[in-house]
Amino acid sequence: MADQASFAELAMPYMDALYSAALRMTRNPTDAEDLVQETYLRAYRGFGGFREGTNLKAWLYKILTNTFINIYRAKKRRPEQVDLDATEDFYLYRRLGGLEAVEAQRSPESEVLDAIPESVVKEALEDLPEQFRMAVLLADVEGFSYKEIAEITDVPIGTVMSRLHRGRKQLQQRLWSLAVERGLVDEPSPTVAGG
Amino acid sequence: MDEITHHPAQGDPGDDVDCERAIVEIYEYLDGELTTSKRRAIARHLDDCPPCAQGFTFEFELRQVISMKCRDRVPAELRQRIAEALRIDVPPA
Repeated sequence: MADQASFAELAMPYMDALYSAALRMTRNPTDAEDLVQETYLRAYRGFGGFREGTNLKAWLYKILTNTFINIYRAKKRRPEQVDLDATEDFYLYRRLGGLEAVEAQRSPESEVLDAIPESVVKEALEDLPEQFRMAVLLADVEGFSYKEIAEITDVPIGTVMSRLHRGRKQLQQRLWSLAVERGLVDEPSPTVAGG
Repeated sequence: MDEITHHPAQGDPGDDVDCERAIVEIYEYLDGELTTSKRRAIARHLDDCPPCAQGFTFEFELRQVISMKCRDRVPAELRQRIAEALRIDVPPA
């Protein structure tokens, strides 16, 4: 049994991370604030059921995810975007020049990556269909394992892997098209479909 | 596979990781979700194949950039509001 009195001390340090995730989920600061507050209230009330020694961060994310699904997704239902054909490997790397850029002594791709503004990375992630967005957010931003993501989102590990695979590829496509739109990269790609 | 010229697997006999195999398992490799032996087999391939190694490095760096650039700070007002809400919320006995 977890001690209710220790809740604030243990759970408060995760608030920035939960708020960031809530922003990506709701894509709206007001909803994100409400979601985080509701998550903390639910977690506080349910803290007696949290098993000490297990992963508190994952437990909080599960409550965040369930709360989001229960309340905010129902409120703001919008059709899932069409799944782009995201089969190409190293999508972004190739477009940023890959080996050719290295050989031509142009600025390395890593410098281009560093130059991408936060707003663009956030927008690209928020543009992903919800299931992919959740998987990428939990894995790439928060560093959860496949098993933890499976538990948080209540799907089998194979589904997590497939969502991550497709989500990451779509994220690269979106990053590229946003980078082209914002003039962050030189050449427009003939394969980018719309903005 | 266009601009990137891939190399066949080299190295240890029985090491069957070629470029195609490495790319299929890239995310599991970067996510630390492979078994030790599979992980080693891919690492050997990356040692022998600079194009794959650079592609993997890019994917790794991209992930770090995504992680670093998706951080937001809780507004102070919200932090206060939550602390206050927890104070007045009485947990079930």
